Amino acid sequence: MQRKLNGVEVTIKNVSRTYGDFKALDDVSIQIHQGEFFSLLGPSGCGKTTLLRILAGFDFPDNGEVLFDGKDVLPLAPNQRQSNTVFQTYALFPHLSVYENIAFPLRLKKIGHNQIDKQVREYVHLVQLDQHIDKKPSMLSGGQKQRVAIARALINQPRVLLLDEPLSALDAKLRQSLLIDLDNLHDQVGITFIYVTHDQSEALSVSDRIAVMNQGRVLQIGNPYEIYEAPSTRFVARFIGETNYFDCTVLSCEKEGDEYMCTVDVPDLATQVKVTDYDSQPVGSHLAFTVRPEKVRITSEPPETHSGKTVNSFQGMVEEPVYSGFQSKFFVRLDIGEHPMIKVFKQHTAFLDDGPEIEWKDHVYVNWTAADGYLIKDLDK
Amino acid sequence: MKRKDKAMSREQMLGTAYAGPMGVWFTLFFTIPLGIIILYSFLKRGLYGGVEWKFSLLAYKQMFNPSFAKVLVRTLWISVVSTVICILLALPAGYAMAKSKHQTLLLFLIIIPFWTNSLIRIYAWISILSSEGFLNNVLIGLHLIKEPLHMIYNNGSVILVLVYMYLPFAILPLFTTIDKFDFSLLDAARDLGATKLEAINLVMIPNIKSGISTAIIFTFIPIFGAYTVPLLVGGKESTMIGNIIVDQVSKTRNWPLASAFSIVLTVISLIGVFWMLNTGRHEKLAQSKNSATSQSELESSVADHHMRNKSEESK
Repeated sequence: MQRKLNGVEVTIKNVSRTYGDFKALDDVSIQIHQGEFFSLLGPSGCGKTTLLRILAGFDFPDNGEVLFDGKDVLPLAPNQRQSNTVFQTYALFPHLSVYENIAFPLRLKKIGHNQIDKQVREYVHLVQLDQHIDKKPSMLSGGQKQRVAIARALINQPRVLLLDEPLSALDAKLRQSLLIDLDNLHDQVGITFIYVTHDQSEALSVSDRIAVMNQGRVLQIGNPYEIYEAPSTRFVARFIGETNYFDCTVLSCEKEGDEYMCTVDVPDLATQVKVTDYDSQPVGSHLAFTVRPEKVRITSEPPETHSGKTVNSFQGMVEEPVYSGFQSKFFVRLDIGEHPMIKVFKQHTAFLDDGPEIEWKDHVYVNWTAADGYLIKDLDK
Repeated sequence: MKRKDKAMSREQMLGTAYAGPMGVWFTLFFTIPLGIIILYSFLKRGLYGGVEWKFSLLAYKQMFNPSFAKVLVRTLWISVVSTVICILLALPAGYAMAKSKHQTLLLFLIIIPFWTNSLIRIYAWISILSSEGFLNNVLIGLHLIKEPLHMIYNNGSVILVLVYMYLPFAILPLFTTIDKFDFSLLDAARDLGATKLEAINLVMIPNIKSGISTAIIFTFIPIFGAYTVPLLVGGKESTMIGNIIVDQVSKTRNWPLASAFSIVLTVISLIGVFWMLNTGRHEKLAQSKNSATSQSELESSVADHHMRNKSEESK
């Protein structure tokens, strides 16, 4: 029923915006492909909403360019752009019913009543609000309001949909199901979605690509795997997911097949750790390495030696076990160096078959393969 | 159970006690005088003022005198024009105040004129507008005019001063409603294809309706009963109902007729108040529905969910 439309290609070139002394956007350049589900991810105040408001036409950059399909849109008013916005607070018109809210953009275009009616009902159905068509927004739940806002933004058949933290006011369960709805909707309408969020799990689960932002700058652009597995800066590594993070100095790098096996010195651990990388790192450079908690294994008994893989192995004591159903988190105080704490996630795959339960104050062995350690090269951002 | 009843009745008694002083005040100084006015309007006039205790409809018949009808019509149009001007000026002023960072200062500035007696402020206008007044002197001094302009003692000056006097009463209610208005709705309207003007007309105005009707009532009712302004800055042809009432009481000494005019004034004002209460009630109704539906809302969404599951199963 829904015609598939072409999204636009959105080009953001060297965009800066300052409010007084505050740099909201600092030389931001992003190329968003046609029909892509693109997320702007960052903590509050990182400039992501300012960027979205510039795309919608509510704010203007001090310098830089914004192009839709190669055409400059900065001179265009919000009502002249091929974009529509889903606002964080929904911004539904309280004096109009669900039907009239969704019909609002069409009424402005002075289209015939029959055609308006047909289209409104089509979009009401698309967001599954058929039963609530005559209600006022104040009578709807948060999720329903959100769906009205989405239908209202889509009925104009925009070429790019701008979503400003559209799920942040909803509870976690509803957020998950609306997120899937949103993803399906994106597949159905086929236009470009630009999604602003501070919630990394939302961004990781629906986006084709993500731009991680902090303090007005874009730190890394990549697909969810790249962002999670290969963070390029200190901030990205710490902001996305949970991780164990250590400063280190490169001692040596040797070629091993396609990769390099680097030995780094970690002051906190007072020892050396092996990390693999695709490039050789200059000896003596100060970097950091991270290892995700779910990639660290934890055992009560000394682990069996893995053949052919370089493993970093340590011993420690469980300081804090946290059971959370599908997995447990362990905070393990290592026996060496400054006795740093290391986070370990253990997946519960089978009830009672996981081996002996690891408990508080247990002495444990933790280890991870060199390939799961990851070197962060840009520590300034 | 009994104890609860006792507590309830005690609470009710307390409530009545709290309302007591105000009830006595209103009965003594509002309800009884109003009753007297109604009563007087149906009595015969006394020779030297006052009334004779004989029933008569003469006062109401006298009102249909064409010269009185003319004054009534004039009072209506002057009130309507002044009210409309007040609202048109107050809307952008309220908007600017709601958007301003210096709200307290602006509110303060609006209240300052009330520190000066209204008579003094009207006399100030006379000294500004009269033929020997400030404005004419300035214009002559600038060689823009040779003869002083007749800017006072006509309906124009009455409207000007009425607008000046009652503008704050329009600005304050409009400011409070606009201040509560969610300005992101205007962004949303713009985003959905509305021009700036369309956004204001289609989204902002309907959402600040209650403020507009309050502002209309707050300005229209006092202007409709205005007495000093037309007396001091109006001409022969600017008499309003308020002036007639005063004349009938103090000069002509026809108290029943004065009472009848007062009742007309009150009835027209009451119509306005009921109209305002009505628009206000509609809004409140919508709001109360909102809070009451949360339970039924939940049930309907659960039912909704089941329906969807069923239809998926049947597929």
